[in-house]
Amino acid sequence: MSARYDRAITVFSPDGHLLQVEYAQEAVRKGSTAVGVRGADVVVLGVEKKSVAKLQEERTVRKICLLDDHVVMAFAGLTADARILINRAQIECQSHKLTVEDPVTLEYITRYIAGLKQKYTQSNGRRPFGISCLIGGFDYDGFPHLFQTEPSGIYYEWKANATGRSAKTVREFLEKNYTADEVATENGAVKLAIRALLEVVQSGQKNLEIAVMRRGQPMQMLDSDTISSYVSIIEKEKEEEAEKKKQKK
Amino acid sequence: MSNINLQCLLGIQCNDFVMIAADQSTSHSIMVMKDDEEKIHKISEKLIMGVIGDQGDSTQFAEYIAKNIQLYKMRNGYELGPTAAANFTRRNLAEYLRSSTPYFVNVLMAGYDKENGPELYFMDYLASSVKVPFACHGFGGYLSLSIMDRYHKKDATEEEAYEILKMCVKEVHRRLFVSLPNFQVSVVNREGIKVLPVINSALLK
Repeated sequence: MSARYDRAITVFSPDGHLLQVEYAQEAVRKGSTAVGVRGADVVVLGVEKKSVAKLQEERTVRKICLLDDHVVMAFAGLTADARILINRAQIECQSHKLTVEDPVTLEYITRYIAGLKQKYTQSNGRRPFGISCLIGGFDYDGFPHLFQTEPSGIYYEWKANATGRSAKTVREFLEKNYTADEVATENGAVKLAIRALLEVVQSGQKNLEIAVMRRGQPMQMLDSDTISSYVSIIEKEKEEEAEKKKQKK
Repeated sequence: MSNINLQCLLGIQCNDFVMIAADQSTSHSIMVMKDDEEKIHKISEKLIMGVIGDQGDSTQFAEYIAKNIQLYKMRNGYELGPTAAANFTRRNLAEYLRSSTPYFVNVLMAGYDKENGPELYFMDYLASSVKVPFACHGFGGYLSLSIMDRYHKKDATEEEAYEILKMCVKEVHRRLFVSLPNFQVSVVNREGIKVLPVINSALLK
């Protein structure tokens, strides 16, 4: 009887790469952009929604979801894979509460998700998850956090970050524009997230999904009116800036 | 021997609210160990559950149900109403009843439904489930049911319902051979869950 030593798809290539994991990361790079900003007392997550078909029910296309009352997650990559991961994470959140009474901390649930992802890179008959997650929310001590996980099972904490298509452009934008003053208010944090998304969004302003979580309050999805008012403010500011530049010339 | 019948749960449902009371005693053999136990558990924003039975079973079961109902909310983005929650709870009781590890608990479930208003469900350890306007569990219930039947009316106010519960507790204090000094009371209405003052002999004076 042969030992099942050759069943794993994720074996090293001769030059030391795990190709399946790298392909999974490629799937993330093709996925729609997700942005997260950690403010002073707010966490904002935003994604670009692919255009919803005319006759499609819009509520069935969701890229931001709650893991627990105080944890919200956005992802880039394969939606089908995400559903599995979200399900497991939601169960873990409740299970954690059942065993130790406290709700999960952001780092705990991130580590759980990252651990699960890592397992799928090293087990027989499995393939890696083709998603990268941005996980935001508040610990029970009241501090906001923003984490990211990758298909390989790595996780990081950020002040602000992006993942998915043109994540690099967005991250550079955030690096240039993120200041503690800018995100001190909720307004500023939301604006920064939307501005960052607008850098790379191709299809008009309507296709944004923005989630805001304030300390001690339930997560709120911004409605399209609020988003478009933010967008128009941002566009106005951009125009004014362009005008200033012209005058200088 | 179980002390499930030595404990007591009372519940009243009216047009605008549903109120339940639970005694706060825990006993072990013939000894009272505690008189401030919380037997009314918060399940979700507008749903509470009074549970009596073996103490370990009660807590374990209540937490298990609460967490699963929360999980349902996270997964689907909306909460289970009282009817659905009661059905879910009943089914769990029924499945555990036919397993090698049944939960020996009696339950009153009280919740406020967006469409149907306040609802009260009576459930026992044999996994029956009935929607009722008022209900009791335990020996204390035998003494209280007639009082509730006499004084319950659909359009009662919260104050009136609290008075009915006070009458029930008074009767339990006078007639029941078991000492149940304290009764905690919770009410669910349109606004959510509210905890009312504990009914005890000091309050009844």
